[in-house]
Amino acid sequence: MDSPVVSGSLRNRLALTLIGGAAALALLLFFAARNYAVQVAQRGQDNILEASVTSMLDAAALRNGRVELDLPYSAFSMLATPADDRVFYAILQDGVFLSGYEDLTFSESASDRSPTFESGQMRGAAVRKISASRTLIGANKRTEIQIVLAQTKDALAEALDQISRNAALLGVGFFALAAALSFWATSATIGQLGKLTSSVTRRGPQDLSPFTKPVPREMAPLVSSLNSLMGRLDQSLSQSEDFIAEAAHRVRTPLATVRSYAEATLQRVDKEENREAMRSMVKAIDESSRAAGQLLDHAMITFRADHLEREKIDLVDLARDLVLRLTPIADMKDLSISLRGDPQVPYSGDLVLLQNAVRNLIDNAMKYSPAESSIDVTASAHPTPRITVCDHGPGFPEDEIDTLTLRFQRGANATGTIGSGLGLTIARDVAHAHGGKLELANQREGGACVTLSL
Amino acid sequence: MKFLLVEDNKDLANAIVSRMEMSGHVVDHAEKLEDASDYVATGDYDLILLDIMLPDGDGRAFLQKHRASDFDTPVIVLTARSQVSDRIGSLDLGADDYVTKPFDHAELEARCRAVLRRRAGNTTTAIEVGGIEFDPVAGHLIVCGNAVTLRNRELRLLELFLNAPGKIFSKNKLADRLFSYDDDVSENAIEVYIGRLRKHLQPSALRITTLRGLGYRLDQDG
Repeated sequence: MDSPVVSGSLRNRLALTLIGGAAALALLLFFAARNYAVQVAQRGQDNILEASVTSMLDAAALRNGRVELDLPYSAFSMLATPADDRVFYAILQDGVFLSGYEDLTFSESASDRSPTFESGQMRGAAVRKISASRTLIGANKRTEIQIVLAQTKDALAEALDQISRNAALLGVGFFALAAALSFWATSATIGQLGKLTSSVTRRGPQDLSPFTKPVPREMAPLVSSLNSLMGRLDQSLSQSEDFIAEAAHRVRTPLATVRSYAEATLQRVDKEENREAMRSMVKAIDESSRAAGQLLDHAMITFRADHLEREKIDLVDLARDLVLRLTPIADMKDLSISLRGDPQVPYSGDLVLLQNAVRNLIDNAMKYSPAESSIDVTASAHPTPRITVCDHGPGFPEDEIDTLTLRFQRGANATGTIGSGLGLTIARDVAHAHGGKLELANQREGGACVTLSL
Repeated sequence: MKFLLVEDNKDLANAIVSRMEMSGHVVDHAEKLEDASDYVATGDYDLILLDIMLPDGDGRAFLQKHRASDFDTPVIVLTARSQVSDRIGSLDLGADDYVTKPFDHAELEARCRAVLRRRAGNTTTAIEVGGIEFDPVAGHLIVCGNAVTLRNRELRLLELFLNAPGKIFSKNKLADRLFSYDDDVSENAIEVYIGRLRKHLQPSALRITTLRGLGYRLDQDG
């Protein structure tokens, strides 16, 4: 049987889609978590910087027209971090540098009580910088104190690293879980198809009944089209069988009538030329009915060969039945049929086909046997189960022995003998359907031997 | 022998009846299973020839029904169906044998003879004439107290003569009865069988006379 053309795998496609989705979601989760962590950490540093700068500004006072600023200790202590971040500051009065680091510049956008945050570089390190100002009002004097405070971001970076690692772990964990789930889901889904497949495969060749086991809703259309295909197949198979039986009936009954009349007339007619005509007529009828019969047999065999109905049979029983059945015909020619060989040859095969094949072999032997000779039927179990039919006729023409099993091929010495040339073809086809072969040979002392070897 | 033929095809039935009568048998003909049942109920038959496809039913159902009620008359089924698969069904239902249409009448007769011989345990149908005792069913011939073994063709030849004593049979007619149509028969072959039969009948009062140019005839001395 041809294996179907495979294009991709449903399982792989489903698993890849699910795993790809899980990977994208895991990445998204990682970046979202990290981004959020960055924002939260930055806001924490900003809050401390603001508190610190506010406490500095609060400490500033205008006394006797002079600005006094005593930097409170707490303003720096609250900036202490485990990473020992460095802190820079600059104090300006109305834009004029008073104290601290002169290279820290005040952000012009900062207004009174509304500080401005900036990220930047300070002496080769990344810093977060806050600019805040406060207006001091004294007696007829008004001045503005501006403070810039910057802190390196080492602690923040460390925290971020930590959070990123955790987010990455979380992402990988999520991905692994999702991948496992998608494998499980894929297997469970595909498993339903597998179940259906095995229940189709397990069926016997004759079982064309519809599937009744419950299946998931999505598979119902598949099963119902499968069932309808089975139904049509069943119908067409039984139609073929009925057709073969009907065709045989339609062809054979009128032939039987004509033949009977011709034969009855032959008995009454005395004139030799009329008798010769009637004889030719009977001969022609025999030829056509035999051909029709064998064509139908051949059709039935071709039809059955695809799905053999194997059963346990005994080839000796089969041969004995056929010998008994054919003995009355052999008697008419004073032929004797003998059955020899092993007492039992068990074999598992299609009884109808094997009977047909062996009957054709014995028929052939009877046709070519001279009167009062014997036909030997031998059934043996070794080396393979086999039935051999030998006669004492003229044997096969040596140069044609290989082509005689071809359809409608008849031996050169068959002229004058009624036959369709299908007998050996049928026997050979039956042998092939059972994985065996048909062997043709001539006996040394004369006569043909055909072996149906299974 | 008394036969019942159950066959709905009138032409075929007529041909079978005339052929059987020629061989010295009495044949009743039923066209339907219903008629067949009546015949079987009233007549005592030696053999029934039964068609399978009949207008009022399946011959096999008829067979099965009658076999179930102690009916043991031998039955030969006439079938036109696919040969081998029908065989199993008919024989399982109690048929003794079957022939496939179209059949050689000689084959039908041969099968009738074989079935009757198998079933003939209790009946003898021997003909006693001119010092011979002949049982055509069993194929036994006793000539002046000595049992003689006849070959099938010798037996059929003797039967033919005994059924029509005094009738002249041409060589061709005898050949048609003894050989099938695809055999190449020489005039010589008939002479061989006539010769053999003459030898068997030698001690009896029966003679096979050669009528030059006409054929052969069975005569009785005295």
